Amino acid sequence: MTPHVLTRSLDRSASIFILVVAGLGVLIPLSNLLLPAGSTLQVPTYLVALFGKYACYAILALSIDLIWGYCGILSLGHGAFFALGGYAMGMYLMRQIGSRGVYGNPILPDFMVFLNYPSLPWYWYGFDMFWFAALMVLLVPGLLAFCFGWLAFRSRVTGVYLSIITQAMTYALLLAFFRNDFGFGGNNGLTDFKDILGFNVQADGTRAALFALSCLTLILTFLICRAVVTSKLGKVLIAIRDAESRTRFLGYRVESYKLFVFTLSACMAGVAGALYVPQVGIINPSEFAPGNSIEAVIWVAVGGRGTLVGAALGAVVVNYAKTFFTSGPLAPYWLFMLGALFILVTLLLPKGIVGTFSAWRESRKATEKANAESAAREDGVGEPNPAE
Amino acid sequence: MSVMEGRTTSALLYLDGVHVSFDGFHAINNLSLTLEPGEMRAVIGPNGAGKTTMMDIITGKTKPDEGTVLFDGITDLTRLDETRIAELGIGRKFQKPTVFESQTIEDNLLLALNVDHSVKGTLFWRGNKAEAERIDRVLETIRLTDARSRLAGSLSHGQKQWLEIGMLLAQDPKLLLVDEPVAGMTDVETHQTAELLKEINKEKTVMVVEHDMTFVRELGVKVTCLHEGTVLAEGTIDQVSSNERVIEVYLGR
Repeated sequence: MTPHVLTRSLDRSASIFILVVAGLGVLIPLSNLLLPAGSTLQVPTYLVALFGKYACYAILALSIDLIWGYCGILSLGHGAFFALGGYAMGMYLMRQIGSRGVYGNPILPDFMVFLNYPSLPWYWYGFDMFWFAALMVLLVPGLLAFCFGWLAFRSRVTGVYLSIITQAMTYALLLAFFRNDFGFGGNNGLTDFKDILGFNVQADGTRAALFALSCLTLILTFLICRAVVTSKLGKVLIAIRDAESRTRFLGYRVESYKLFVFTLSACMAGVAGALYVPQVGIINPSEFAPGNSIEAVIWVAVGGRGTLVGAALGAVVVNYAKTFFTSGPLAPYWLFMLGALFILVTLLLPKGIVGTFSAWRESRKATEKANAESAAREDGVGEPNPAE
Repeated sequence: MSVMEGRTTSALLYLDGVHVSFDGFHAINNLSLTLEPGEMRAVIGPNGAGKTTMMDIITGKTKPDEGTVLFDGITDLTRLDETRIAELGIGRKFQKPTVFESQTIEDNLLLALNVDHSVKGTLFWRGNKAEAERIDRVLETIRLTDARSRLAGSLSHGQKQWLEIGMLLAQDPKLLLVDEPVAGMTDVETHQTAELLKEINKEKTVMVVEHDMTFVRELGVKVTCLHEGTVLAEGTIDQVSSNERVIEVYLGR
């Protein structure tokens, strides 16, 4: 893609979004690293890691909005692609530990020594190289989405049925990854990471860099999504969302379009997971839990589906609320609040925060225009209105 | 006779002995019908006569249990899916006007143009003059030039019908299947639609399904009356409407 394609038709909200994310991506790491600890403007390291997590969630939300908001594919299993990307990164981080593990085995990660693995399973080969792991971050979720989508979309599985089988997919992966003999650390997952590309993952500098990288990736993902939805392909996606069979009768191969966005979206979710893991320091099977995927859909609904900016905003707002409420006395009630939030948004703000805001602004603009026109008529500039 | 090589019929559309049943209900029963190139045909028939099912079969939405459906004398439509059939040049207007409501009228027509429909083609699509001119022409034909940047969802019922006919024109098919084009239209609009279809018929083959007899009369073309999934009568509107059996099924005597 040329830069022109990426920057095409950036409207005001998109430009503001990019500026804000870029600003935060630069200012937060600088404040964390350069200002003395404890000063009012210094962002503590734990917050940098937290914001980094939000940025990864925002990328996941964008990937969901791309398929749900624009093509009507409601995936309730997108957490699976996120987790697979996370595991690919986790495997690289595990191999980087080398002989510094508890058992000091230079090749086998600790859990494999503990479970009496005689040698490294074949599917762990190559993950000691960053480029290979990075490739797998894209390839594994992408390939799974491609195979899954190929079967589902060709058989014309749509709507709630598709949502249910995506849930089944992530649940099946959850069960598989829980097993010790599956080769990914079972219940405990992958953790105790030491360094990434030679930098200590715990160091302030690494965390700041990971945060900045997450913001950069968020911007890039946003630009790619935008390039897709503002292209003619984006119009076809909306057409499929609104009237699938009409689109077919116009001669579009609907399943190819769905397969394309679904696979692209899964790759984005994988990248989000890969950035998430070094910042939180662990990846375990609970990331595959169906509830996680549903939560991600709620972020998009709250922010406003089919708006991109709204999806990212929704991810940050809901997760900030989650952090805020689950760290206080209200913690046991968070899931109820999340449920209530989803119901309230569906009932009162069906377009989400951003969708409602832009609808309000447009109606205000229309009123202003109408007022200006009637004022012009009264001044005798326009045509006389017989009704007056 | 090299043109006819491989062809068994000169008809653009050829249906022979077509049967379809849904759960034992015979929706289409030994239906045979041919449409010559350049013809316009009106199809009438009481509710449940199988008019829409017939269109479903031609466009690949429904597969017949048995029978032959040939397009252009050589292509067996029963083996193809909707997308492929649309690419061959069969366009369809639905009974209930189906346009892309959340997109502009211009974009609706742009989506309908018979240009590269591949994922890659649309992702890297750039507008060009020829396409813009085609859209302009269609907009003029369907009298929606002034409304081009409005959302299709904001159109009146009659205008949506016209937009959908416009989408058919943009698709530039060889055969147009038009299902109830004047449902919910005023008398003036109905008249205008008849004129529009006659204009379209100068270049294309058209099959119109319609209940409105005034409209069918105005079209002044050969009429086929369907009943219980089979052809009951065929001929001019006067012949068909004076046919005893047609009167019987319509009036229920």
